[in-house]
Amino acid sequence: MSPWACPFPEKNLDVRHLLASTQNLGFPFSRLQRRDFGGNARTAFSILPLDGLYLLWTNQDPMSWFKRAKDNIQTRTEDKNNTPDGLWAKCPNCKKALQTKMLRKNAYVCMHCEHHLKIGSAEYFDLIFDEGHFEELNAQLVSADPLHFEDTKKYPDRIQASMAKSGLNDAIRTAVGPVHGNHIMVCAMDFSFIGGSMGSVVGEKISRAIDYCLEHRTPLLIISKSGGARMMEGALSLMQMAKISAKLALLGQASIPFISLLTDPTTGGVTASFAMQGDLNIAEPEALIGFAGPRVIKETIGRDLPEGFQRSEFLLEHGFLDFIVSRKELKDRLHLAFGMLMNEDEGEPA
Amino acid sequence: MSPNNIFDFEKPIIELEHRLEEMRKIADENGMEMEGAAEDLKKKILDLKKNIYGNLSRWQRVQMSRHPDRPYALDYIKHISDEFIELFGDRCYADDKAMIGGLARVGGRTVMFIGQQKGRTTKQRQYRNFGMPNPEGYRKALRLMKMAEKFGIPVVSLIDTPGAYPGLEAEERGQGEAIARNLIEMARLRTPILCIIIGEGASGGALGIGIGDRVYMMENTWYSVISPESCSSILWRSWENKEQAAEALKLTAHDNFELNLIDGIVPEPLGGAHREPEAAYALVKARILEDLEELTTLPMEQLLRERVQKFANMGAYTEVEAAPIMVKTPESVKEQTASSQGRAQA
Repeated sequence: MSPWACPFPEKNLDVRHLLASTQNLGFPFSRLQRRDFGGNARTAFSILPLDGLYLLWTNQDPMSWFKRAKDNIQTRTEDKNNTPDGLWAKCPNCKKALQTKMLRKNAYVCMHCEHHLKIGSAEYFDLIFDEGHFEELNAQLVSADPLHFEDTKKYPDRIQASMAKSGLNDAIRTAVGPVHGNHIMVCAMDFSFIGGSMGSVVGEKISRAIDYCLEHRTPLLIISKSGGARMMEGALSLMQMAKISAKLALLGQASIPFISLLTDPTTGGVTASFAMQGDLNIAEPEALIGFAGPRVIKETIGRDLPEGFQRSEFLLEHGFLDFIVSRKELKDRLHLAFGMLMNEDEGEPA
Repeated sequence: MSPNNIFDFEKPIIELEHRLEEMRKIADENGMEMEGAAEDLKKKILDLKKNIYGNLSRWQRVQMSRHPDRPYALDYIKHISDEFIELFGDRCYADDKAMIGGLARVGGRTVMFIGQQKGRTTKQRQYRNFGMPNPEGYRKALRLMKMAEKFGIPVVSLIDTPGAYPGLEAEERGQGEAIARNLIEMARLRTPILCIIIGEGASGGALGIGIGDRVYMMENTWYSVISPESCSSILWRSWENKEQAAEALKLTAHDNFELNLIDGIVPEPLGGAHREPEAAYALVKARILEDLEELTTLPMEQLLRERVQKFANMGAYTEVEAAPIMVKTPESVKEQTASSQGRAQA
């Protein structure tokens, strides 16, 4: 028999049974030692042949030694769902290997399970604009520290650290460029910058993008990917919801179309403002979309949340999305939808 | 006042008030003349009150805003209005008890009131869902605002909520969408809107009825993106740092006024609105009448333009010299794409 297997599957086994059994197995008494393994006060017996430990028995289920004792051991933030570097990547959903070159060609969608990997503004601009041609606007805007906010870290230090880590100035980039020849404005959020949180810079960049759209009659796409408003700017962050909404009201009055694309995850103040104010609200498959986060809701109602709760498909079922779009078809669908909303003739019929 | 409704920082005042009472009692019993001493003590109490209530910490203001005896939206409406017809329901799903509203006559003027409502007893608190509206609450408020727009009636919004309700059904019925719709509709509502934060102004739940031509906060209220408790639990990973979080969030009326996020502060009677509710009602009523007088005379286009501009001006950012406008070639995009893949997308 295997040296690690427990020969006594019955629970509450008496030591006498153990002794008898070990003898039956051919072990002499003298080799049986009682051992305390400390910690969880398990008592175990080991049978020590000359060349080391052969067999263990405990008055608890021995398999518990190999099981995780503590619940809620969570993955560290930096280990979660990283967009992969190098030649090979692993799909966070199906765990299969993906070749990064192929992944890019497949619009950062897993070739095996259609999982949409988390990507940032650079990838979206690359996917949406013709040959990656675009003009970035207001890249020079960076956060101030109006509240002199300090928690475990000073806010300016947090900003600096985020800038260094992400290579971005803030949680959104705005750019205008051609999509199948027609110019559109794209505001794409970056989750890698303080969780895609919305502060004054996000508000001002979107606000200026809308000004540009009003001036040039350019249709607007906002790609949301955010945990919500940024705490470190307090009420100023909250007011960015009001600011962007007020500007979008002007865009609506000018009959310039606005499509809101919700991606994984979109929660909090972003959901409760511009992400839900599109003429079309569309989403990538299986994106987490909600006002309150799942953890908060779970704590409030005191029970587990149903499968698929707050996912794109759930929102579509409840009537809050126009449609769900695969990232591979995103560009074509945007072109089509904007073209129809702008109510322009296609030109010569084919 | 019941002893459990007294904050720790108020105890020195209560002590002196007790002493004054005792002194009077002794004077009455013994027929002694003690007016001089009593006057001295009264003056001392007033000085102490001014000192304590004038120097409340941010966390103490939060406590004041949640005082169980503090007047709630319906208290204000009923005492300010000569007539009030409460209106119910969102015409879609339900009537939300945490959001109230209706038509009122205030000083000869018709006004549409909306506001969050808290309860006082345990039963009432549950009935009002602790002042946390569901989506139907925001839709009810919007229905009433649209009605006000139709008839050219100004809207007065009384804000007092610990947040929009974070429940399972609230999500199913689109809490985010309901608030988002109110923000955009209020930004272009063709009638004057006046907002007053009378208690707690917690995040999107408050802002959902908080876009207006004038936004005021009462002296002992707070308005921010998150409650100090939740902020503490997220940033410090503990509920213990709520006082520190309140300081960091700069969430009082004075803070928000200095940050240009509100148009003014409505003063409260010494010791808070709950100490002298009648005085608080009068102060709020005066504010409403004075502002509506002005707002209703403005041309509609100017009113709407200024409303949008007011919120558009909110924000604090700096502009750095580098990277004004970049034109990216496909090659540079590819480089960036490759390098950005290394980023931790947590």
